Amino acid sequence: MNTDLLRILPETILVVAGILVMLIDASLPPRAQRRGLIWVAAPGTMLALWASLIQLRLDPGTAFFGAVETSPFTIFFHVLICGIVLVALLLAYDTLPRDSHHQGEFYALVLFGASGMCLLTGAVELLVVFIALEISSISTYILAGYRKHTGKGPEAAIKYFLLGSFATGFLLYGIALIFGATGSTQIYEVAHKAASAQNHTFIVLALMLMLVGILFKVSAAPFHVWTPDVYEGAPSPVVALLSTAPKAAAFALLLRVLYQMLPDLRSLWMPLLWVIAAASMTIGNLAALRQQNVKRMLAYSSIAHAGYLLAAFAGLADKGIAAAAFYIAAYAAMNVGIFAVVTLISGYDEHLPLVADFRGVLYRSPLLGSLLIFFLISLIGIPFTGGFFGKFYSFSAAVGGGAVVLAIIGLLNSGVAAAYYVRLAVTVAQKPENGMSQAALPVPQIGVAVGAALLFTVGATLWLGIAPEPILRAAENAAHALQ
Amino acid sequence: MHLILFIVFAGLCLAGALNLLLQKHPINSALSLVVVMTSLAVLYLLLGAEFLAAAQIIVYAGAIMVLFTFVIMLLNAGREERTLGSKAAVALGFPAVAAILAVIATVILKAQDLGSVSLSDGITSTEELSRVLFHELLLPFEVTSVLILIAILGAVSLARKGHGDQEAGK
Amino acid sequence: MTIWWFVLWSILKVLVVTVVLLTAVAYTVLLERKVVGRIQNRWGPSRVGPFGLLQPLVDGAKLFLKEDIVPTSVYKPLYLLAPVLALGCALISIAVVPFGNPEVAPQGFRIFQISDVNIGLLVVLGITSIGVYGIALAGWSSNNKYSLMGSLRSSAQLISYELALGLSLVGVVMLAGSLNLRVIVESQAAHGLLSWNIFGGFQFVAFFIYLMAAYAETNRAPFDLPEAESELTAGYHTEYSSMKFATFFMAEYANMITVSCVATLMFFGGWTSPLGNLIGPFQNQIINAILPIFWFVLKVFFFLFLYIWVRGTLPRFRYDQLMNFGWRYLLPLAILNIVGTSLWLALKQ
Repeated sequence: MNTDLLRILPETILVVAGILVMLIDASLPPRAQRRGLIWVAAPGTMLALWASLIQLRLDPGTAFFGAVETSPFTIFFHVLICGIVLVALLLAYDTLPRDSHHQGEFYALVLFGASGMCLLTGAVELLVVFIALEISSISTYILAGYRKHTGKGPEAAIKYFLLGSFATGFLLYGIALIFGATGSTQIYEVAHKAASAQNHTFIVLALMLMLVGILFKVSAAPFHVWTPDVYEGAPSPVVALLSTAPKAAAFALLLRVLYQMLPDLRSLWMPLLWVIAAASMTIGNLAALRQQNVKRMLAYSSIAHAGYLLAAFAGLADKGIAAAAFYIAAYAAMNVGIFAVVTLISGYDEHLPLVADFRGVLYRSPLLGSLLIFFLISLIGIPFTGGFFGKFYSFSAAVGGGAVVLAIIGLLNSGVAAAYYVRLAVTVAQKPENGMSQAALPVPQIGVAVGAALLFTVGATLWLGIAPEPILRAAENAAHALQ
Repeated sequence: MHLILFIVFAGLCLAGALNLLLQKHPINSALSLVVVMTSLAVLYLLLGAEFLAAAQIIVYAGAIMVLFTFVIMLLNAGREERTLGSKAAVALGFPAVAAILAVIATVILKAQDLGSVSLSDGITSTEELSRVLFHELLLPFEVTSVLILIAILGAVSLARKGHGDQEAGK
Repeated sequence: MTIWWFVLWSILKVLVVTVVLLTAVAYTVLLERKVVGRIQNRWGPSRVGPFGLLQPLVDGAKLFLKEDIVPTSVYKPLYLLAPVLALGCALISIAVVPFGNPEVAPQGFRIFQISDVNIGLLVVLGITSIGVYGIALAGWSSNNKYSLMGSLRSSAQLISYELALGLSLVGVVMLAGSLNLRVIVESQAAHGLLSWNIFGGFQFVAFFIYLMAAYAETNRAPFDLPEAESELTAGYHTEYSSMKFATFFMAEYANMITVSCVATLMFFGGWTSPLGNLIGPFQNQIINAILPIFWFVLKVFFFLFLYIWVRGTLPRFRYDQLMNFGWRYLLPLAILNIVGTSLWLALKQ
């Protein structure tokens, strides 16, 4: 039992921290500021991160009757998710309205959601998978509607909630059929039974339904329609979180379902993911070209990035998983970073939402402008940034798996994507128009917390671009653990 | 005897589900859903899962759906309006549903070598059920409490008035 | 062949129990009028028959012969469905209640219980929870403000107190280790009064929680806000007249009887004698069969009397007091009772 509890230690710490935030929030006087609760939330997340690293000392194995697992794979994602959450919390600390009385709820929801995401990466029992996915989803649904007074906030939340519940329904139906076909919901047992089954039609059907649910969460091509509206309506600190952490968890689930539960059906799901990867890149990039709103543009760009990432699934097991895991880390670092910068430039209430509004940012605030350009470079995938190696490993895994055409499509798409990234970068660097008095616009203040968050993301992006070996080795260990 | 009951209540369940979709008045839809829940409970009973049947009735038919009707009554929601979009959704949705149903039905009918998965006799009693729930499925059971906690937290934070409203109230 | 005997026996049992229950309902009304009359220092009905004993019959005839008015702007399907639902749910739950000694079973058919279900207690709770629809729909479909207010109050009240009600019974279930009502009663049979759950099982806290929650569940004073005459005319059944009104009336009293039966079964040893084995078992088998029923009816009568007594004594709660009381006092107390009982059980082992 002792090691059982150790194996869910990070999740437990996150939940306890969330409950503490809730309790302290409730016991503070109604008019008191809630910002100080970060002193519970951030250390809690760091503690969870540390606990994940502690788990490296445990032998890989399962706990609670085969419900959860700890392995290099889960630890890789735990550390990644905790890192993202920490940055998002710091970002929220400085950018949420100071007199808001909802900050306690915000921090608590982020922490609870993080526990769900961590659990999702470690779950090897489909029931736990479902519950963990719901925990992470429900908290993000609510966070997406955090700006209640605006028209777009509730719209985003409702859209996300309705479509998300619908997708989860598909996932649940798939799980039920898996149980019907194999008589088990434990992933190892399912894998065992599926390998020895003669007739696969039932399992294939179940896999299709599950894929609908999971691909929705990663916003891959036919299931991506919610993304732009939700990213536009949700507050930017929330988007920084929900465009990365839940996606990382969902990708972990996708890897687990495909490579661990049903590896024998590779000949079947590989072509399917090929198509979805190609469609996601193309649709995402073409739509992003036409966007005037920065957040919508980044939303479509994130759809395209999901496509690049899915290209890694065309690779053979070892390379493919490692490339996907590495890409998730690189994508998370640069995407959280760019949303942090966008938050600071457009402001929490987004008085400057459009690409045209970003004109001359480099002159208003040289630091933010250059950071924005830096992250755009990484998103394009120029060497010495994390984005480059992410794409490099992903496409080379695809080539290694025989999907040369997909890699070519990916490269072409990167070219298209460069167009709109460069457009934004150029706008940022343009001199302000004479007619518009830029002086009237306040120069964004960079607080200590958000400064730390920016430093962290810039550092991570650079590190992944210059010395990717340690992370790549961790990703390879993770890939190895999944076999 | 079991077969007759199964056919009757499965039919009732389907009829309720269809009625739920076709009715224009939300309260009729909600009541159809109650019928669906209750007939599902009878189907559980036929499988020998007594506790599950009772829980289904108490939780779904007796508590959740009461809240549904409660909200509909409070909002005094009128009839649904059929817009162009909803007509298009009907025109696309029904063929899509039919297609999915056809695929699933073919697969299920074709799959001959499926082992029959049934609840073992032991698992149906309340005591055995609780043993499974608090032993093999302990973690999912406990984690569900976090899920419910989040749902409550979310409901409160969505329903609570913003501080601007609070100021106005005072 | 045996299946047809079984069906026949069951139908017979259902018929007898329904008739007895409805008669009991009618005379509970009379009892209430009499007792409340005495509490208020007047006689109550005394004209029809000796001591007014035929009054229920006359009341029934009057309600039956009244003009049946359906207001024009009601939503008719639900307006008609609501009273049926209310009375139906009130009558069904009596099916799992054991009235007498289950060992009296000629040819293997238990006479004193319609259906011996493993999860009898849950069936009662489940059907009670469905009964809310009757009231909720009645109020909504009447298209009347008083009715809607009454039914909203009632639904909220029922949902709130159902939790406390259900949780208060968990302690008893843990003591008996079963949800079967017969087993629960048998677990209290050993030493008469001393082994009843309320005394021997230390469930008196649970009993009082149950009692209060049950009063709220049945919309009875002091929790009768859904039909508070002084503010809501007649609450959810304002627009109902004649037999439809009578149906709600019967449902209310049938619910009272069910709730009293459950209290008897769960806390007061059901059909067992308070004296334990001090008197009986007798030589005469018929007395052995009848005596448990006598005890059962006596206990249920006591609870019905208590109902009326409380109604005659206590003033009505205010709505916010009612909700606060349910959520902030009864519910935590019920949870504490569960914790206490399980600790006690764990330490005893």
